[in-house]
Amino acid sequence: MADIDIRSVRKAYGKNQVVHGVDLSIRSGEFVVILGPSGCGKSTLLRMIAGLEAITEGEIAIAGDVVNAMEPRERGCAMVFQNYALYPHMTVADNIGYGLKVAGLSKPERRARVETVAKSLGLSDYLDRKPGQLSGGQRQRVAMGRAMIREPKVFLFDEPLSNLDAKLRVQMRIEIRKLHNRLGTTSVFVTHDQVEAMTLADRVVVMNGGHIEQVGTPEEIYRNPASRFVAGFIGSPPMNLFEGRVTGPGEVEAQGIVLSVPHAGLARGQAVTVGIRPEEVLLGAAGSNTASIDVDFREELGSVRLLHGQVAGADFVIQVPATTAGPKVGHFSFEVPARAVHLFDAETGMRIDPVAGGIRAAA
Amino acid sequence: MDRRAVYKTAWIGGLLLAPQLLLVFTFFYWPTGAALFWAFTLERPWGGGNEFAGLDNFRMVFSDTAYWGAVWRSMVFALGSTALAMGLALLFALFCDRQLRGYKAYQTMLIWPYAVAAPAAGVAFRFLFAPEAGVFAALNKIHPDFWNPSVNGFHAMILIVVAYSWKYLAYNFIFFLAALQSIPRALIEASAMDGSGPLRRMWDIQLPLLAPTMFFLLVINITDSFVDSFGIIDLTTHGGPSKATTLMVYKIYFDGFKGLDYSGAAAQSIVLMLLVMALTFVQFRFIERRVHYR
Ligand SMILES: Nc1ncnc2c1ncn2[C@@H]1O[C@H](COP(=O)(O)OP(=O)(O)O)[C@@H](O)[C@H]1O
Ligand SMILES: [Mg+2]
Repeated sequence: MADIDIRSVRKAYGKNQVVHGVDLSIRSGEFVVILGPSGCGKSTLLRMIAGLEAITEGEIAIAGDVVNAMEPRERGCAMVFQNYALYPHMTVADNIGYGLKVAGLSKPERRARVETVAKSLGLSDYLDRKPGQLSGGQRQRVAMGRAMIREPKVFLFDEPLSNLDAKLRVQMRIEIRKLHNRLGTTSVFVTHDQVEAMTLADRVVVMNGGHIEQVGTPEEIYRNPASRFVAGFIGSPPMNLFEGRVTGPGEVEAQGIVLSVPHAGLARGQAVTVGIRPEEVLLGAAGSNTASIDVDFREELGSVRLLHGQVAGADFVIQVPATTAGPKVGHFSFEVPARAVHLFDAETGMRIDPVAGGIRAAA
Repeated sequence: MDRRAVYKTAWIGGLLLAPQLLLVFTFFYWPTGAALFWAFTLERPWGGGNEFAGLDNFRMVFSDTAYWGAVWRSMVFALGSTALAMGLALLFALFCDRQLRGYKAYQTMLIWPYAVAAPAAGVAFRFLFAPEAGVFAALNKIHPDFWNPSVNGFHAMILIVVAYSWKYLAYNFIFFLAALQSIPRALIEASAMDGSGPLRRMWDIQLPLLAPTMFFLLVINITDSFVDSFGIIDLTTHGGPSKATTLMVYKIYFDGFKGLDYSGAAAQSIVLMLLVMALTFVQFRFIERRVHYR
């Protein structure tokens, strides 16, 4: 177990900078998920921790030791790759035990440890098979076994579940988290799937365009997105976002709808982005902060129902329990509770906190 | 879906095929037929027709110790040139894969020797390895006959092996490099994460995954060394000194065109053809079901 300290780390391929000054402290035993859209630099960051990619600028320390100049094998990390990267010419047992073989362990010792690991992953019956003869889920487990067997200080995962079908993905997600609960090894997990991030992480690091947008617990990033980007990225369906303007103390206007908000210290005329989560509006309720939606499409998701439509010409989605009665399409009025309104500075995209009223810097 | 284009009249297709058929016939079936004919007949020394000889020509060939000498030298040449051309090519490809990933210009330059005609290469090597010029002249001054392929048969063999391998080195290199680059990078990285250094990775991951390519090249190199060595030998050693570089293919030429023993030469060429066919068969047999790691 080890903590990881990433200090002002940058990565450039030639002139093209892809990671712009990342600072991040990962505590010993923590499960951190790096979440962001494709191409935002997640893998690059992870590979710099692993030692597979040179660090252009800044420092990475694992368990207190700066590892910039260390070979991957000296860093004590194990990695699970997206395509598993199993050695196709070796049996499952040899794949899992390869790290021990390189480390010079004797054959009986290796065999014993491989069997223990294989048993914990339900692979005991497949030890003599080649990776080509396994299903996707089994290959995934072999890749896990190969990472586990050396009892590394740090586990690194690069989208390890993205090649599995939906059902298996959910199952493996749970297994990975259970494994972490059991072993307590510091883990860094890269994904573009927010559900994966929310369910696995102690803390989520949201990345965008080579920057960190926010670091926080899954609840924090959902409740208090630090930026417009995080607000739009986290949540399914995503938050409804409109451009608006401050019209008075505690009052904003967007799409012709006037909303009172709990934010203090707003400057009149300030351009803001207004965010409203689809699940936080109250359909049919009448009070202050009401608006109306023209629903043109209803999406059934089983436990919930999504109403797609327009509010004053702008697209808007509302999520309601599936038990809600009512026709499929039409004109509905709804209420936006004041506490459900998120505000972001239109220029910087940064969150404006309701209470402090100031612009909160990204964590 | 049937994607074939069909000609309405058969003769157009036949007409379009004709030039190719003519070429194949003139340069393949006709000579092969002639060789077969000669191999089983005996030509009268002063002309006047052939008489059927059955397997006599073959018996003659196989009972000739000089022939077995040529067979032995062909084996030595095949193994020597294949080992040299494949070994160096693998080494270069491994270096190139590590240092120059995707550096196309370098790869292109390395294929050139394969495009150089044997006569040009032969002449080049004749000068490079001439005992009376260059580096070897200096060495010969210090130690007389340190290098003299025109007298020393062993030197001559080294000369043709090196000159011949130069070309196949390029050929093998391209195949090895392509095979190395098709190994997923993640495998090498996974191995690095598992704690292996560059040499260990080469040994445990890259070489085993190159096995099918190696087998393919092994057969190609050996097969080609039996026939493609002619140009080099003819330009450098003429089979000498005292037959030390007379390989099977050169002996055919020598017996046939210098010794005017058409029947013996034809029998020898049939034997060589069968040998090459056997190797090609082995290749197809095994390459077709080569180790698939899926
Ligand atoms: N070897 C490379 N050479 C040049 N650019 C690269 C290389 N690897 C990644 N990039 C670029 O860096 C950016 C981040 O890539 P990556 O970290 O793989 O993103 P992701 O968040 O999808 O994992 C991308 O724009 C990608 O094109
Ligand atoms: Mg990636």
